[in-house]
Amino acid sequence: MLEVRNISKSFRGLRAVRDASFTLPEGGINGLIGPNGAGKTTIFNVIAGVYAPDLGEILFEGRRIDGLRPDQVCAAGIGRTFQIVKPFAGLSVLDNVIVGALHRERSVAPARAYAVSILEKLRLAPKRDLPAASLTLPDRKRLEVARALATRPRLLLLDEVMAGLRPTECDEMVEVFRSLNRSEGLTILLIEHVMRAVMALAGHIGVLHHGEVIARGTPAEVVRNPAVLECYLGEETEV
Amino acid sequence: MSRGRVALALLFAALAVFPAFAGPYALSVATLVLYFAYTGQAWNVMMGFAGQLSLGHSLYVGVGAYAAGAIFFHYGIGPWAGLWVAILLCVALGVLIGFLAFRFGISGVYFALLTIAFAEFTRIGFDHLDWVGGPGGMFLRVAQRDTWDIANFRGPPLMYYYVILALASLALVLCHFLLKSRAGYYWQAIRENEEAAQALGINTFRWKVCAVALSSAMTAVAGVFFAFYYNNLFPEQIFNISRSIEIILGPIIGGLGTLFGPILGAAVLTLLSDGITELLAALGWEIPGVKQVFYGVVLLVVVMFLPHGIWPALARRLKLDA
Repeated sequence: MLEVRNISKSFRGLRAVRDASFTLPEGGINGLIGPNGAGKTTIFNVIAGVYAPDLGEILFEGRRIDGLRPDQVCAAGIGRTFQIVKPFAGLSVLDNVIVGALHRERSVAPARAYAVSILEKLRLAPKRDLPAASLTLPDRKRLEVARALATRPRLLLLDEVMAGLRPTECDEMVEVFRSLNRSEGLTILLIEHVMRAVMALAGHIGVLHHGEVIARGTPAEVVRNPAVLECYLGEETEV
Repeated sequence: MSRGRVALALLFAALAVFPAFAGPYALSVATLVLYFAYTGQAWNVMMGFAGQLSLGHSLYVGVGAYAAGAIFFHYGIGPWAGLWVAILLCVALGVLIGFLAFRFGISGVYFALLTIAFAEFTRIGFDHLDWVGGPGGMFLRVAQRDTWDIANFRGPPLMYYYVILALASLALVLCHFLLKSRAGYYWQAIRENEEAAQALGINTFRWKVCAVALSSAMTAVAGVFFAFYYNNLFPEQIFNISRSIEIILGPIIGGLGTLFGPILGAAVLTLLSDGITELLAALGWEIPGVKQVFYGVVLLVVVMFLPHGIWPALARRLKLDA
């Protein structure tokens, strides 16, 4: 479904991503892990159209999407969340999600109905009339997901949505993604630090280190990979 | 019907019958209030809804006024035709400014500076445009003041009062529907967080240009009104940055991004500043610049104590939701 081919991206000489390649099969849940500064968010931003890659190409459902603007990538069917949440702080929770839903619905009434159904899925419905600025961090993360889902993506990019959640909240979120994946065939790519979530969700994991993909495989394979252990799990105690 | 709507209907009715009880002076002050309510509403579309700060709205007032005024002055064609030329020119200017700024990533303060620059060099351009009188100004003939000549938009002050009342009301209704529409949601999303808005599929460039175009079109209409109400146009006055500031103070004081803020702000500012001027005149004191000092003080007080403007606080207190 998504094919990332040999992409590189540098910032003023700092090579954030080097020759990274991977493919995501349709309908899967995939994880991208790696230590801080490994280039995970940069890869996300390149896929989402925030940056054009210096080299390489990205295909989504067979179509080149590298170099498109973020709104065009969204229109192609890719939704994303931000690691540092970006709610529309002055708008209500419901209005935040309506903005997303208006991407597929031309008028406000059906967009509102769809937004309400998304809020129910993410257990934000009781807070729909609050201003987004008043939400706690876990709820803001949920709102990020709700807004992205409202655009009806076929591929959802999740940038550390579990970070800062308590284990029970984390499990709730995992359940939401599982059910979306099962019932609607939504393909998911998640970047995570929280290993608990990645291990529980992802069928397939890529490991990024210094901008390069150093390992791929099932969670069980990845945790046994010596290169991965050395660069990443060696300094992580959360496993 | 909600309390807000009832209150609004009552206000409209009161304004409609107001001239029956008002003298010429009160009528002129009310006309001015409605004029600022209308231009404030137009500016609010850009800043209050879409978050794009324009400090050069005098550009659209001036170009609109000069376009319709010159067509009437030179060819004797009334403003109903000139209006469209005015709108067209102002939208073209607005889209040009928007295109330059948004295509090249100029935003925030730099965008505001660009809007000032356009207003300023247009002022200088008009100073050298002899076709419209240059710095000496352009004067529209005031033939008769007693009958309503709608076709040429010439008539008594009462006619202008009702026209600006209609414009301010229409602008309010338009903004009400805009805010509840797709455009309103998109503009507010862009205002709150442009990057997030873009990630949700919004072509932020296009929607920002749309906001500028609509705001400049609405302001162009105010310019046409200005030309035919005051009958004299000077580049030095109409394009002056203080004209732009007058336009934006109403919505800021009344409540940015709210529907009723521009109206309330215009009323508070115009009534109080005229009141002070009158009071000082009655006392026989002549203090130049007292109006500007007054504006500064009101702005200071509102920013310190009611940072979201008077209207949101007042609406909560009165339980109005219009």
